[in-house]
Amino acid sequence: MSKYQVNEKGYYGNFGGAYIPEMLYPNVEELRQQYLSIIEEPEFQAAYNQLLRDYVGRPSPLYLAPRLSERYGANIFLKREDLNHTGAHKINNTIGQILLAERLGKKRIIAETGAGQHGVATATVCALKGLECIVYMGAIDIERQAPNVARMKMMGAKVVAATSGSQTLKDATNEALRDWINNPLDTHYIIGSVVGPHPYPDMVARFQSIISEETKRQLLEKTGTDSPDYVLACVGGGSNAAGMFYHFLDDEQVALIAIEAAGHGVDSGETAATTALGKEGVLHGSRSILMQTADGQVVEPYSISAGLDYPGIGPQHAWLFKSGRGKYVSITDDEAMQAGLRLTQLEGIIPAIESAHALAYLEKMTFKKSDNVVVCLSGRGDKDLDNYMKYFDL
Amino acid sequence: MENIQKKEGQRLLSIYYTAGYPTLDSTLPIAKELANAGADFLEIGFPYSDPVADGPVIQHSSEQALINGMCVEKLFEQLKDLRQEVKIPVFLMGYFNPVLQYGVQRFCEACKAVGVQGVIIPDLPISEYEDLYADIFKANNLSNIFIVTPQTSEDRILKIDKLSTSFIYLLSSNSVTGSTLEVGESTAAYFQRIQDMNLKNPLVIGFGIATKETFDKATDIADGAIIGTAFVRQLASPNYMERIKDFIEEIKG
Ligand SMILES: Cc1ncc(COP(=O)(O)O)c(C=O)c1O
Repeated sequence: MSKYQVNEKGYYGNFGGAYIPEMLYPNVEELRQQYLSIIEEPEFQAAYNQLLRDYVGRPSPLYLAPRLSERYGANIFLKREDLNHTGAHKINNTIGQILLAERLGKKRIIAETGAGQHGVATATVCALKGLECIVYMGAIDIERQAPNVARMKMMGAKVVAATSGSQTLKDATNEALRDWINNPLDTHYIIGSVVGPHPYPDMVARFQSIISEETKRQLLEKTGTDSPDYVLACVGGGSNAAGMFYHFLDDEQVALIAIEAAGHGVDSGETAATTALGKEGVLHGSRSILMQTADGQVVEPYSISAGLDYPGIGPQHAWLFKSGRGKYVSITDDEAMQAGLRLTQLEGIIPAIESAHALAYLEKMTFKKSDNVVVCLSGRGDKDLDNYMKYFDL
Repeated sequence: MENIQKKEGQRLLSIYYTAGYPTLDSTLPIAKELANAGADFLEIGFPYSDPVADGPVIQHSSEQALINGMCVEKLFEQLKDLRQEVKIPVFLMGYFNPVLQYGVQRFCEACKAVGVQGVIIPDLPISEYEDLYADIFKANNLSNIFIVTPQTSEDRILKIDKLSTSFIYLLSSNSVTGSTLEVGESTAAYFQRIQDMNLKNPLVIGFGIATKETFDKATDIADGAIIGTAFVRQLASPNYMERIKDFIEEIKG
């Protein structure tokens, strides 16, 4: 058992657990008791792999980016999650969870979404399976992300505005949890990142672990080694990073670098740099690192990228950070936007602004010529064109 | 810690409200008025930014309380003279993160110092309570109140009964606060099932009690009932202080 994976009590070090009211206990307990045995069933694996291949378009390529490699003086590989159906890594998880929900006999699916990427990925699999879908989204995000709202609606999902609190991702998550409390029997909650009560962080990481599973195989083919020197991924809640790190956790020669959103700067008061500013705390059912006041009230984060705009990180990341296994850094709005433009101009790929945070960190690193570096390109930038247009006055 | 007490035939009424709402300094005056009006015990909520088990009315009161400047530190200051001013048992209710930041030990000691009988922390799981905090609660003679729902298994209810003192908080339905109590067949069967277990702790029903009718129904089956949302709604009115007595009399009738 890896010391970086969840233990039998649902903890990573002292992070994780299931800090939920009794009203959620039966739902979460049902999942906890069943998720591993269901995921390991051969029929489940076959259905999951078939959908990933024929529907999502996996394996996603591992692309050796020549002009980026030249710029940084190392072999820079991009793991192309942007080429997945619906445009991001989020679908790896929703495919897995919808199959699980089906197996548990659930009829009604709920989800939270910030930028709308996870909402779209959930609405997509619900359309695929003909299941009722309700997506909670902050009222402010509904306004900011109109195209994704339209996509979800086209696929038959009901988008419900979260009007409480700050009306963004954290409040959408609260509303989804309330819905789950009120509908204890027929509903499955598809959480969109490696957050929430145990077993969610582990379950979502397993569904995203396909990213590093493929990367190892692809890197071996291309370079003769399956062990890169550096792996980089952006962190909102941390699901693409968890998937990108998964099969490298125990290979301690691989440096794991997680990039958070600094927004206007770590000390600007408008930031989502959780590990830089956060303290141990409990939100949305798990003990992790959390941006909060001295009194334990959750602080509203800020980032130009809606997908990184979350006040916490998953408990596994809190543990990788605290144990020193991972290096947690942050990138500002401006650095990320420049990196997004740079990738577009050097490689002809428009990245999601979330992923651009990971790319931006390359600028701050020094490499040996022989270094193999893998950056998780978690999503494509179509959804962000408005932001790019405004920022660069296009 | 002793269980809450009732006389033969008495129906215990408990009121929940949020500290620091409607104004920062209304916490203690409301407690006094409730005690004078005939409430049997109180739950005072301390606010949290992300109250997942609460419906819109209590969410709003928490949000306003935070804007007013309420926090755990402030609450203990306000309750400094609680035991001189209010004689009925008082429980604190809130989410775990503010307690964790204040320090669980420090929180329990402060409860003891001001004379709080117990706390209700819905998102503190039983296993974490047992492993990490039960000794601290006991050392401070503080009850940790657990919640039971229609979905809670028999084994788990027995375990909760063993860990509990003061009372067990019985939810009328699996829902967030602010729902309505409906005693249909399945609810009646659920209450019957729990009564038949002959638990050592008194049972108090919460969530969905709003009127004399629902209070009577609940206390036909249980030792007492808690009114939250319906009372907090009253506090939005400008003359809320004057209405407290009528509200309690109306329920207890
Ligand atoms: C493209 C993309 N990358 C990253 C994220 C951040 O989520 P996570 O940290 O769970 O990977 C999102 C979230 O919406 C996203 O859409």
